[in-house]
Amino acid sequence: MKILVAIKRVIDYNVKIRVKSDETGIETSNVKMSMNPFDEIAVEEGVRLRESGVADELIAVSIGPKQSQETIRTALAMGADRGVHIETNEEVEPLAVAKLLKALVKKENPDLVILGKQAIDDDSNQTGQMLAALMGWPQGTFASNLGISDGKATVTREVDGGLETIQINIPAIVTTDLRLNTPRYASLPNIMKAKKKAIDETSPEDLGVDISARLTILKMTEPPSRQAGVIVEDVAQLVDKLRNEAKVI
Amino acid sequence: MPILVIAEHNNASLKGATLNTLTAAAELGPVTVLVAGSACGAVADEVAKLSGTVKVLLADNDQYANPLAENFTPLIISLAEDYTHILAPATTFGKNLLPRVAALLDVQQISEITAIHDANTFERPVYAGNAIATVQSSDPIKLLTVRATAFEAAIAGNTVAEIMPIDATEDINQSKFISTELTKSDRPELTQAKIIISGGRGMQNGENFAMLEKVADILGAAVGASRAAVDSGFVTNDYQVGQTGKIVAPDLYIAVGISGAIQHLAGMKDSNVIVAINKDEEAPIFQIADYGLVADLFKAVPELEAELNK
Repeated sequence: MKILVAIKRVIDYNVKIRVKSDETGIETSNVKMSMNPFDEIAVEEGVRLRESGVADELIAVSIGPKQSQETIRTALAMGADRGVHIETNEEVEPLAVAKLLKALVKKENPDLVILGKQAIDDDSNQTGQMLAALMGWPQGTFASNLGISDGKATVTREVDGGLETIQINIPAIVTTDLRLNTPRYASLPNIMKAKKKAIDETSPEDLGVDISARLTILKMTEPPSRQAGVIVEDVAQLVDKLRNEAKVI
Repeated sequence: MPILVIAEHNNASLKGATLNTLTAAAELGPVTVLVAGSACGAVADEVAKLSGTVKVLLADNDQYANPLAENFTPLIISLAEDYTHILAPATTFGKNLLPRVAALLDVQQISEITAIHDANTFERPVYAGNAIATVQSSDPIKLLTVRATAFEAAIAGNTVAEIMPIDATEDINQSKFISTELTKSDRPELTQAKIIISGGRGMQNGENFAMLEKVADILGAAVGASRAAVDSGFVTNDYQVGQTGKIVAPDLYIAVGISGAIQHLAGMKDSNVIVAINKDEEAPIFQIADYGLVADLFKAVPELEAELNK
């Protein structure tokens, strides 16, 4: 079986982001970029399925500027077989990403597409579900466990209040949650090997997909800031403040 | 402008976040609520009494017993043309379902709205709440998920809305519900609780969460955790408060042994009063706490329990 993983290059999760002073967006120059953490989990899951023999090919795809190839190289170093780079310098909204991925899925015919449940930059949590809809495939979102047998995927999902297990027909879309696995670090020999792996280059135009934006960002602002309060001496004073000053207990 | 809200429920009663979604929807126009489920008439009755509901659509069919996105989607699509906006709570239910509907309507959904400016313009947090985007949609229908903590819960109204049974759409048969394993607790749910006490990496292990549970039981509070505590395996993922966990805004949030990573702050910084207990006085959590106590939690938490029992 063939697996496609979709990965996004985002501002590293440890970076404290800054809103541009003209309120048009986020400062991205000279900021460390990395693979979206949920997508790392997606790659890891694909690599494990490849290693266990369930899958025989793992393809990593990323959409974005030239530098997205670095992110693809990371996936290749983790164990993906080859990469596809859909190059664009435009901001691509989740619906357009899903359309680009659909065009690629039609070409590559994978049995399973694994994506992170959300990208930590725009926090939309939409792409996997949208791709499933456009393909007419079932979806196992927010997965914390994935099993594959007899042409079906059994997915344990992180839902509010606990876990839910569903069984879905393959081909299918799976989106990853935190507890699905712990992604590996690529070893140096594997990083070297990854440099020799192929990355196909394509573009939204080549794939015949209109990626024009549906949303306009009118402005981007800092959230209202919270002021630090007081340091209390001890537990007795804390409880007194909560009872008599804040009146919350 | 007619608005459609997708109700989240367990076939017996409505889930809380739907109430907040209803309030958001009522800002936009008269609201029809879709209750799709199995033997879920009681939910429709409950929804019909809420302030803001003008009509209830009841799709009662075995295939809707569990909210499988594959089966809910065609039902919503079959109704969509009558509405200008379709809203669902930004819970795992709404997050799973609504983008699937949006893609088939060729609409770019707007996730987790926290404010409504006009029929086309909404605010939503991005980058873990470290920036607020004001976005305008050019799509003919707007699909929105609603962050519950940003809107009041709808309350009972003076009138009872009409309940209209509707036909189910065809069973897609692509997915099958197997089981749920819900965390059993007598404490309130995190997103509903008035008081939350959360533990972080500083708790050192899962057993130590019993200390927080004792305090929680005195206060009638829910127990939460930071991602660090979940990643370390102290507690399960459904305890997690943060960007990728639950977003909460209780009256009182007590953070114990939590340093205050951006990820965690994103999930709780809208709480009314924040208390931080941490032995590291440099911990970032103190910068947003109303009351900070620099202390060893293994001493402070039992003291807190004793003081509250006085």
